[in-house]
Amino acid sequence: MYISLTNSPVSKEKRDAKKQDAGRNAPRGVRTVSSTVLTLGLVSMLTDISSESVSAILPLYITGFLGLSTIAFGVLDGLYQGTSALVRIAGGYASDRLDQPKWVAFVGYALAAVARVGLLLWSGFAALTAVITADRIGKGIRTAPRDALITATSDPDHLAGSFGVHRMLDNIGAAIGPFLAFLILLIVPDGFHIVFAASLAFAGIGVLILGLIVPNVRTRRAEIAAGTRTRIDWRSVTRGRMRRVLAAAGILGLVTIGDGFVYLVLQARSDFAALWFPLLYVGTNVAFLAFAIPLGRLADRVGRARVFVWSHVGLLGAYVLAVLPMEDIAATILCLVFLGAFYAGTDGVLSALTAQLTSVESRGTAIATAQTVVAVTRFVSAAGFGVLWYAVGREPAMIIVAIVLVVAIPLVAVLLRPLLSPERADAAKVEAS
Amino acid sequence: MSTRAKWLLIAVLSVLALGSTGAVGAVAWQQYQQRLAAPSDVSTTGADAVTAADRIVFRNTASGEGYGHVASVPIDDPTSTRAVSDVACDRVDATADEFSCLRIVRGITPTYTATFYTADAVETAAWPLPGIPSRTRISSDGTLIATTSFVTGHSYATIGFSTETKIHTRDGSDFGNLEDWTLIIDGADSAPVDRNYWGVTFVDDDTFYATAGMTTEGITYLVRGSISERTLTTLAENVECPSLSPDGTRIAFKRATGGSGPTVHWTPAVYDITTGEVSLLPESRNIDDQIEWLDDKTILYGMPREDAVGDYDVWSLETDDSGEPEVFIEHAWSPSVVRVP
Repeated sequence: MYISLTNSPVSKEKRDAKKQDAGRNAPRGVRTVSSTVLTLGLVSMLTDISSESVSAILPLYITGFLGLSTIAFGVLDGLYQGTSALVRIAGGYASDRLDQPKWVAFVGYALAAVARVGLLLWSGFAALTAVITADRIGKGIRTAPRDALITATSDPDHLAGSFGVHRMLDNIGAAIGPFLAFLILLIVPDGFHIVFAASLAFAGIGVLILGLIVPNVRTRRAEIAAGTRTRIDWRSVTRGRMRRVLAAAGILGLVTIGDGFVYLVLQARSDFAALWFPLLYVGTNVAFLAFAIPLGRLADRVGRARVFVWSHVGLLGAYVLAVLPMEDIAATILCLVFLGAFYAGTDGVLSALTAQLTSVESRGTAIATAQTVVAVTRFVSAAGFGVLWYAVGREPAMIIVAIVLVVAIPLVAVLLRPLLSPERADAAKVEAS
Repeated sequence: MSTRAKWLLIAVLSVLALGSTGAVGAVAWQQYQQRLAAPSDVSTTGADAVTAADRIVFRNTASGEGYGHVASVPIDDPTSTRAVSDVACDRVDATADEFSCLRIVRGITPTYTATFYTADAVETAAWPLPGIPSRTRISSDGTLIATTSFVTGHSYATIGFSTETKIHTRDGSDFGNLEDWTLIIDGADSAPVDRNYWGVTFVDDDTFYATAGMTTEGITYLVRGSISERTLTTLAENVECPSLSPDGTRIAFKRATGGSGPTVHWTPAVYDITTGEVSLLPESRNIDDQIEWLDDKTILYGMPREDAVGDYDVWSLETDDSGEPEVFIEHAWSPSVVRVP
């Protein structure tokens, strides 16, 4: 893969000239990705190595080392859902309102890094709870401003591709983290503090790079200088075509039961999946990083809404494969590939779609809102599926959700019809501005 | 500062940060190697004695050589030299002729397994577990092996606290996850959405007791299971990790007596099967173990040592209120009482 660097941010006026330029100089098939996007990807990669290395060993640490019961672990991880969703919108809003996306994101990254120090200093459940909560709050704060920065420094025509590059780097970190942690524990079986030290080091380097290198793209500076700063119009976030996107994300979120359940179905049917159960998510991450750029570029070419909707076919594929009578190893591996493709075609693509539909001054808030809708509906879906699981059994429950998804995908495609092609999306943007 | 200078600064600080981590790791590795090579803190002999007469089989947690290995001591002299085998387990249960071993297999990808051995450590069956091992019990005739493990995945929040309890036969085949069996609460079929099972104790080769837990409400039940009917019937509330006494009249268990969720405090207690009467035992500390009966009036359980991480003691306690808890075997975990018929 070849990625050439440009000196973005790209202003709207320069864009056309630049495009002509790129058309002349760059060989066919080469896309330009801004150095800021790559730097943010590097920061995310380091941060993901940091957080995933800790979360991978957390169950072992809590039960095997601290001697706490695993009930404690469930409670601990449950903290994530509430805190992250609430803080996320606040982070997006603060970024827009203060016009300081870099420094709002910085607070989020720095908070998570500082929390790592706590892991080294204290042990015990209370300390662990505080550290995990701080980590999740940090994640909530930083996501939307970071995505706003990616948007501001990317060529709007290649936005989904830029998000793809960022998500690929991010997931490389998510795949490296657990292996790094387990490698450390393989060499020193009780060396949990080494993992925490490594986690702190990676988080610290990430924060350093963000602070020193990433530019603070202030899209509203002129406005502020002129003293004409307007309040953020919440209605612009939930109006018109954005309303369709939020509804689509919400409906599809309600049938996204979470990969945990897919893994459980696989684990119940096959010894192969049972053996690898604790690591199935790493397989999904690897598939995600492999598909992130191709699907992002596809979204730029054929329309972001289209890729977002049809990527749910990947999710459907995973549901069906999990219950289909076929070779266990093949089913497990294909399931992970489909899940990875689903995430690659929805995560960054949704941010690109949202960014494309909203104006500069409410971009962070809009991205945060869309992500929160997805997070909340997926949580509801997981809870609901848990009920269904016990009511009708594992595999029937999966089949029911697959059928609902078969109905939901074309329904949402109709809902998003005004946005499905890239040309029409451009038209929509003009209309919105 | 130019961009080049900034990157240089980042490179220098990165080398420092990762170098310090490496130094921490090197020191920890050296200390670990020293501990590994050091002679055991307790007196030990080779493995042959595992197959001796009446004995306590347990996981040796004495620092040094043989840490984490299955060991045994004679019942009548538990503080004497322990016979340490070559088999390492995180959780063990034994009968006269075989033992069941749950293990975290460390590796670049940690896996979790259950293995069934003959008493002289020849492997006869093995199967994977979906997460960190919790409990294991063998039926007294050695034909059934129960295992409980946590379901440790990444997307934990969407699933919540989850255990998997299965009963295997000695050839490695199983009767399915207990969650798929019929649960009868107060006489009526019931299927609460968040039920989990853990801590099996066998009565015979068809009947057993176990814990059914409802995660969201925080209720636990003592259930009696039937393998032939694939049913679980509730008997009493707030009973966890049952353990049937050798005479089959009472069940020792841990009862939640304070706190909830992560701050729960468990006290050992005894349930009389015929009268349904429960008596709490005089132990003020929190116990988190499946109790083992030494004889019809004494129980054994593991307790983490306060002065060392990853080290435990096995304690004994009379069930008739006649005494205080006492250390039974130092540096030991997961005790299993073996009486040769």
